[in-house]
Amino acid sequence: MKQAVEINHLAYEYPSPEGELSIQVFRDLSLTIAKGSFVAVLGRNGCGKSTLAKHLNAICLPSGGTVYVFGRCTGNEEELMEIRRTVGMVFQNPDNQIVANVVEEDVAFAPENLGVESSEIRRRVDDALKKVGMYDYRTHAPHLLSGGQKQRVAIAGVIAMLPECIVLDEPTAMLDPQGRREVMEIIAKLNAERDITVVLITHHMEEAAMADRVIILDRGQVAADGTPREVFSQVEKLHELGLAPPETVELCWAMNETGANLPLDALSCEECAEVLAKWLAT
Amino acid sequence: MLKDITLGQYFPGNTPVHRMDPRTKLILLVVYIVALFVAKGVIAYALVAAFLITAVALSKIKPKALFKGLKPILIIVILTAVLNLFYAQGERVIFRIWKLTATWEGLETAVYMILRIVMLISGTFLLTYTTSPIALTDGLESLLSPLKKIKVPVHEIAMMMCIALRFIPTLIEETDKIMSAQKARGADFESGNIFQRAKALIPILVPLFISAFRRADELATAMECRCYQGGDGRTKMKVLSYARRDLVTLALGLLLLAAVITLKALGL
Repeated sequence: MKQAVEINHLAYEYPSPEGELSIQVFRDLSLTIAKGSFVAVLGRNGCGKSTLAKHLNAICLPSGGTVYVFGRCTGNEEELMEIRRTVGMVFQNPDNQIVANVVEEDVAFAPENLGVESSEIRRRVDDALKKVGMYDYRTHAPHLLSGGQKQRVAIAGVIAMLPECIVLDEPTAMLDPQGRREVMEIIAKLNAERDITVVLITHHMEEAAMADRVIILDRGQVAADGTPREVFSQVEKLHELGLAPPETVELCWAMNETGANLPLDALSCEECAEVLAKWLAT
Repeated sequence: MLKDITLGQYFPGNTPVHRMDPRTKLILLVVYIVALFVAKGVIAYALVAAFLITAVALSKIKPKALFKGLKPILIIVILTAVLNLFYAQGERVIFRIWKLTATWEGLETAVYMILRIVMLISGTFLLTYTTSPIALTDGLESLLSPLKKIKVPVHEIAMMMCIALRFIPTLIEETDKIMSAQKARGADFESGNIFQRAKALIPILVPLFISAFRRADELATAMECRCYQGGDGRTKMKVLSYARRDLVTLALGLLLLAAVITLKALGL
């Protein structure tokens, strides 16, 4: 079993009131995500990113085709809890996913639901809070924390289930730059240290550039798939899909339009500066 | 303005009162209230007061904090006292105003009434001041669990209380935000008679309810994602357990009740 996620010919439409046209999100989507990888999913609003995420832990069930996560079919009701434990999910608004009014109680929520023994819950909660750097805040009330801290607590709440994959649905959309940095650091760390498969849905190109694979969805189809360098250097295609490439790539591309001949794979400011310096020297 | 509302405020601490099992505290509060209502006469009141004062001293809660909690009910206390002063039947008249007569008997009843209300509220506040909301709901869930046999959804009720407590500050913040947004667009909440003011609240309540429903929907999904499937098979990180201190205090509480009842029976 090398694949974390295997999607075969997925079709899905949102149930709609009678007499109205139902909205078809996916017609025939096939996709695999390797175990231990860090995948970023991009796409404009309404392209099916969030719906795709909800298929990965059986919150939505396919109306056609199959979704397998770690060898388990999401349609199989007997394995539902195991699927949800294996694939943890973090949402956009941290306020709406924190259940308890003490940080450590909230982190304990999932293991409590799973019927884990008390001493083991304590161990997992402490461990998860240390992993996200929120151990010192364990007895605080969540509403007194900053957005970034709340989102870290939400991530700890998912880690406490000991998942093999974490799906994050725009986890930084409501955070300030500082909070965004904190959350992204933790996500990258979890992927590297614990070998947790990460699926990150985002609008930020800089965040997607941290992944080792970028998938762009458009109208329920995979429009581009590859390493960040491969995907982001296709500037015209990105524009067509309603996305803006990272600013560094955009700059090099705009220079090329005026006659320069720069490579389009500079993803960080340092790389971009190097490329420009080399061009100026010639 | 809305931030000042304190509902079930909790002062963290590490005193014997804080460490006591929430179930013991709940039972003790009930015993205490019963004793308070049974109590008659100076000795009985003194006993109940001594019990309360010991508890407050042990909890290291500042009396000032308790008195602050009493402020909102001050009017009720004064009103009850005044009514009792004039209403009680008695012979020894203190003074007369028009047709109202204040008697020494009335004064006595009034003083007892004030003491009773103040002690009742202080005792209840002491519970919420020294017990975290989550411990309180856990305690209630555990105490009420026998009712599960007659199909009372005890776990669900406790869960609802817990979530309600969790979302009070969030929704207050949201109300503040909506109010500011509406004010910025020229809404007026301060002037006009009571009906106009009530009507002015509609533009606050509608968005607040819509957002609350949206939050509820998202929270339900998030809970499902974290494997929530009701109370069956659920474990707890902090297991409630009775210690010797709980037995001792419970015994003391029952002793107090017995003493108060005996005093009343003897007519002291």
